Amino acid sequence: MAAETALSRTPPAQAGEAGAGGRVRRTGPLTAYLFLLPYFVVFATFVLAPAVYGLWISLHDWDYLLPGKPFVGLDNYKALFDSNSAVYSFWWESLTATGIFTLFSVPLLLSIPLLLALLLNRSFKGRTFFRAVYFAPYVLGVAVIGVLWRFVLDPNLGVVNSVLGAIGLPGDTPWTTALPWAWVTLVGVTVWWTLGFNAVIYLAGLQDIPRELYEAARIDGGGKWAEFRHVTLPGLRPVLLFVTVNTVLVSANMFGQSYLITQGAPGTETRTAIMYIAQVGLSDYKMGSAAAMSYLLTACLLVISLIVFRLFKEKDS
Amino acid sequence: MRRVRPIAWYTVLIGLSLVFIAPLVWMLLTAFKTPGEATRVPPTVLPQEPTTGAFDTLLGNDQTPVLRWFLNSVLAATGQAVLVLAVASMAAYALARLDFRGKKLIFGMIIATLFIPSFVLIIPNFLIVDRFGMLDTLWALIIPGAAGAFGVFFLRQFFLSLPKELEEAAVLEGANSWQIFTRVVLPLSKPALATLAVISFLTNWNDFIWPIYVLFSPEQFTLPPGLAILQGAYTINYPVIMAGALVASIPVLLLFMVAQRYVIEGVSRSGLKG
Repeated sequence: MAAETALSRTPPAQAGEAGAGGRVRRTGPLTAYLFLLPYFVVFATFVLAPAVYGLWISLHDWDYLLPGKPFVGLDNYKALFDSNSAVYSFWWESLTATGIFTLFSVPLLLSIPLLLALLLNRSFKGRTFFRAVYFAPYVLGVAVIGVLWRFVLDPNLGVVNSVLGAIGLPGDTPWTTALPWAWVTLVGVTVWWTLGFNAVIYLAGLQDIPRELYEAARIDGGGKWAEFRHVTLPGLRPVLLFVTVNTVLVSANMFGQSYLITQGAPGTETRTAIMYIAQVGLSDYKMGSAAAMSYLLTACLLVISLIVFRLFKEKDS
Repeated sequence: MRRVRPIAWYTVLIGLSLVFIAPLVWMLLTAFKTPGEATRVPPTVLPQEPTTGAFDTLLGNDQTPVLRWFLNSVLAATGQAVLVLAVASMAAYALARLDFRGKKLIFGMIIATLFIPSFVLIIPNFLIVDRFGMLDTLWALIIPGAAGAFGVFFLRQFFLSLPKELEEAAVLEGANSWQIFTRVVLPLSKPALATLAVISFLTNWNDFIWPIYVLFSPEQFTLPPGLAILQGAYTINYPVIMAGALVASIPVLLLFMVAQRYVIEGVSRSGLKG
């Protein structure tokens, strides 16, 4: 949309000025395609092609290590719903794990960062500094925070349990080895790690809300809560929609935390869908089955995203 | 805006800061402890016998070539940042300023892929990378990631916000599109290019799932898969693992300190794409 206005601004004025000569600054389309070409080659090779290729793979019994890759139609998908198949119980267990993680982490990652952003959306000395401090863990990758928290929360040797024990609380909580503690750990670490990201996005949104709206609300004489409900929340709606959809997608993508902190324990109960897909496809090399799982998960996410969009639309009217 | 009571206010802010900083400080302190002290009960805060033993262990083991991992991480992250800047800026310029058939379609296609979850692409991309002979090489970490739509989207938005007068003046002086792009648009876009470079570097530096599956030989690893190896190899020798984590953290924390406003800017913008 923005592209249209940017384009339509020039030609009429230019044509008038250029008079009989007519052709001013109109570069041929070839130039444009040349500018686009390098990106498009990479994009087509590593985004467009694999998006389609994956679908093709999912329709085959595609074992990376075997020469023959027979076409099997929808069998890989059917197997995911057939309780007699080898993948059935592991697949649904891993999908449940991802579901539990998403269900608990998304509300926390929507609410806590909003509180933090409201806290930071005032003028005080050191604001930029504190914002940077709260954001800092996000700059580190999942590998660093994974091995770090694995150590800190080690049930026998970690500092959390030894401090808890020293102050008279139970010092033997199995943070990484038993339920429900493993979920508390995975959700807690993820919230700690990524809340700065959402807070920064909220903060940018809060700063876009015109100050006059707050002043008007104050004149109308509502309290702080009314101000929040009638000015802040509506003003944040587009940002809130983005943060919600993005947080759901990121949570459903969870991999590294489980891989490093709980290693799927206890048993395979905290092994997420992505961990299972990666294992089936890239460790056991059963790529057809893994591709089918990844498309099914994508379909689930698409439905969830559409529902979120709907909910935000309804609130509008 | 609103007045705040300084003492209570800063107590809250500093208390919160500890939550985020303490675990990182713990990583730093542990890296300089002996394995015994790192897991002592009750724990010691400062190393009682400070030692670089963990680093010596790390550097002395051929199976965990941490310096090589560090170098690979630098090469991959820098290589990808450069590649992203080159291809994304050109494409974004075409989409923001040039007129051609199929523009809407191409832009729509690029935007639509922002919603493709990355895990769907991993398995087919493994096979594509394999076909190009890039498995177990740094190329696998540099090139596919440059296809992301964020860079194009982000720079296009920025180019659209630039005033057109300078470009029009360049046209009157007889400049062609390439000259306008390199001499007018790019110099005006330094903050946006810096933002994109920093974000690309950080993303690539921290990438975990892709490198653990496309790299096989220890000497090809970057730091994140390397840390997973360290965790497996040293299990409860935590100072060694924390030393490795420190090596992976310091460059990005320094980069964040120096380029903080670019990082924050990039993240803030990502929310405005909705």
